[in-house]
Amino acid sequence: MSSRHAQLAEQFNADEPRTNWHDQTLWWVRQKRDRAANTLPEWEQLRQWASDIKDHTLSNLHAYLLEFEKNALANGVFVHWATDAEEHNRIIYEILQKAGVDHIVKSKSMLTEECHLNPYLQGKGIDVVDTDLGERIVQFREEAPSHIVLPAIHLKKEDVSNTFHEHLGTEKGNNDPQYLTHAARLHLREKFIQSDIAITGVNFAIAETGGIVVCTNEGNADMGAHAARVHIACMGFEKIIPKAEHLGVFTRLLARSATGQPITTYTSHFHRPAPGKEMHIVLVDNGRSRQLGREDFRNSLKCIRCAACFNTCPVYRRSGGHSYHTAVAGPIGSILNPNLDMKANADLPFASTLCGSCSNVCPVKINIHEQLWKWRQVISAEGLTAPSKKLGMQLMAWVLARPGIYRFAGKTARWVISNLPFLVKNKTWNPWFKQREMPEAPKQSFQEWYINQQRS
Amino acid sequence: MSSRNQILEAIKNAQPAIKPLPVLDYTVVTPIQELISSFEQFVNAVGGRVRFVDQSADLTLEIENARQEGQIILNRLNGFSTLDEISPDLAELEKLDRVYVRASLGVAENGAIWVEETAMGNRILPFIAQELVLVLREEELVPTMHDAYQRIRINQEGFGVFIAGPSKTADIEQSLVIGAHGPVALTVLILKSGLVVPV
Repeated sequence: MSSRHAQLAEQFNADEPRTNWHDQTLWWVRQKRDRAANTLPEWEQLRQWASDIKDHTLSNLHAYLLEFEKNALANGVFVHWATDAEEHNRIIYEILQKAGVDHIVKSKSMLTEECHLNPYLQGKGIDVVDTDLGERIVQFREEAPSHIVLPAIHLKKEDVSNTFHEHLGTEKGNNDPQYLTHAARLHLREKFIQSDIAITGVNFAIAETGGIVVCTNEGNADMGAHAARVHIACMGFEKIIPKAEHLGVFTRLLARSATGQPITTYTSHFHRPAPGKEMHIVLVDNGRSRQLGREDFRNSLKCIRCAACFNTCPVYRRSGGHSYHTAVAGPIGSILNPNLDMKANADLPFASTLCGSCSNVCPVKINIHEQLWKWRQVISAEGLTAPSKKLGMQLMAWVLARPGIYRFAGKTARWVISNLPFLVKNKTWNPWFKQREMPEAPKQSFQEWYINQQRS
Repeated sequence: MSSRNQILEAIKNAQPAIKPLPVLDYTVVTPIQELISSFEQFVNAVGGRVRFVDQSADLTLEIENARQEGQIILNRLNGFSTLDEISPDLAELEKLDRVYVRASLGVAENGAIWVEETAMGNRILPFIAQELVLVLREEELVPTMHDAYQRIRINQEGFGVFIAGPSKTADIEQSLVIGAHGPVALTVLILKSGLVVPV
C-alpha cells in the first residue's frame, strides 16, 4: 500500500527515453515560468499579497461564503451546497434530469475529477464530452489526466495520432500537432453547438459580486457555457476571494506561474445568466472543512491550481502524474490527498526529496515541503507506513544515536563499495541501485578529513 | 440539518482566528511608460496583431470590401458600416469568417482586452467566429491588471471577458497550435487619438 507511488513510478521509468522527455519538457515549462516571473520586479510582493489575501479569506470563510451566496442569488444564479463527492454528483444529475438532457460538454474541472463525476454520469446513461484538448485525448484513451494544467503531458504525438485515428478517423501516421488539433476542433465545435448543458470549473469566486472567473487558453469553457441553455459551475469552497480588486493580483500570478504566459487567453467573468438561460453554482466541501481545521495543513487550501510545483518537482518530472494515483498529482496533491483518504494515500508524502523547490515557486506561498514532512509524521504515528520503511527508519535512528557504531558502519560501507562492489551494484538487494549509478566511495570520512585538516 | 448549514457550521468551527486583509499599495508596481508599444508587443507575443486606424472611413471601407469579397462578416461596431443582426442559430454563427466587436479596455502588460456582453450582442460571438476583430481607442489602454480592475466593474454586465490573443493549445507534446476551439486569428484595431466616429 504505502509503496504504491514507487511501484507505479517504476513502470513509468521502464521507458527511459520517454521519462527523459517528460523530465526535460516539464523543466522547460518551469524555465518559462522563471522568465515570466523575472520580468516583474514586484513578483515577490505579488506572492505575498496573494498569500495574505488567501490567509485572510480562510480565516473569514464563513462570512465570505454567505456574502457570495447572497450576491449570486441576487444575480439570478442557483446556488447548491454539497458536503461530499456523492452529493455533488447527485445535484448535477438532478439538474440534468430536470432539463431532460442526456449529453453534456464539460471543460476542465479538477473538482469533477476528484468527485469521479464522469463515471457516475456515464453509469446513468449520460454522454459526457470533455472539451479541453488534453482531457479529450485522455478521455478517448480511458485514462486519467496526469497533470492538472497539461492533462496529456505523459503522451507523445504518436500516441495522440493513434488515438485520433481510432476515434476521429484521422490519417494513420499523421503526427502533426496542427493537423491533430484541427481534427479535434472540428469534432468538438460540433459537440459544443449540440449540447444543452455545459459544466465548467471555477478559478476564482468573488464574494463582493457573487460572480465567478474561469480561465482557459482554448476557449472551450466559453464555447460550452455560451452555447448551452444551462451552465453548471462546480467549485471547492476555497476558491472564494473577497473583492474584484484581488483578481488583479491573482490574474498576474496564475498564468505566469503555470505556463509562463503573461495571462491566459480567456479570463471570463460570469455574473448573471444570459437572457432566457440558467446558471448554477455548486459549492463543494468534500473534506475541505476538515483540512481547514488541521492547523498544520490548512494553508494547502490556498492553492490556485497553477501546477508550478509539479513542473519544478524532481520526483514528479521523473515519475509522471499517474504514479500519484489521484486526481491532483504532484507535490500539492501529496499534501491534499492524505486529508481525503489517509490510508489510500499514505505513500504520497514520501514521494518527495523535500528539496523545497515546490514551496519556492508557489505563487500563494504554501509551505508544501514542510507539510509533506509533517504528513509523514502523522502517517507514521497512525501506523500507516510500510513495515520495511519503518524497520529501516528504526535501524537508522539506532545507528545515528551511537557515534561509535555509526563510524564503524561508515568505514565498513566504504570498504564494501570499493572492494566488493557487486554487493551494492545489485538491483535485487539494493533498490537504490535501480535507475541510479552508485557513487564512488571516498577514501576517508568527513570526520577523518577534518581531523587531518586540524593537524596540518 | 441541510448540507448548506452543515458545511457552514463545519467551516465556522474550523476557521482560525481572523487574519488581516492586506492593503495593496500599488506604488510598488513597476510603471509602464509606453502603453501603446508595450500593448502591441504583448498582443503580438500572444499570437494576435495590431493595426492602427487613422480615418474612420478606412475601417468602414474594410468591412464593406470584405463583404463584397464574399466573406461572412458580422459587424457589431456602431458608426462603421451597417450593424448586423445576430442569428439565434449556432450552426449559422459557426460559419462566420470574421466578427467586429467594440472592446472597452486594453492592458499594456499582457495584451489582454476587456469585452462586455452588450458590445458582443451574443456572448458566444467572440468565441465562435473564425477571426475576431476587436476595436479600441488609444486612450483606452491601461498599464497593468491592477489598473484594469480599478477601471472596469466586473459585474456591470452579466458577462465580461479579458481576451489575450486567438484561442490556442499546447496539449500535444507542448507544441503551440493557434486555433483550438475559438478564433484562429485575433486582430486589434486601435483608433488613433481624436479620431471622430460617425454616429
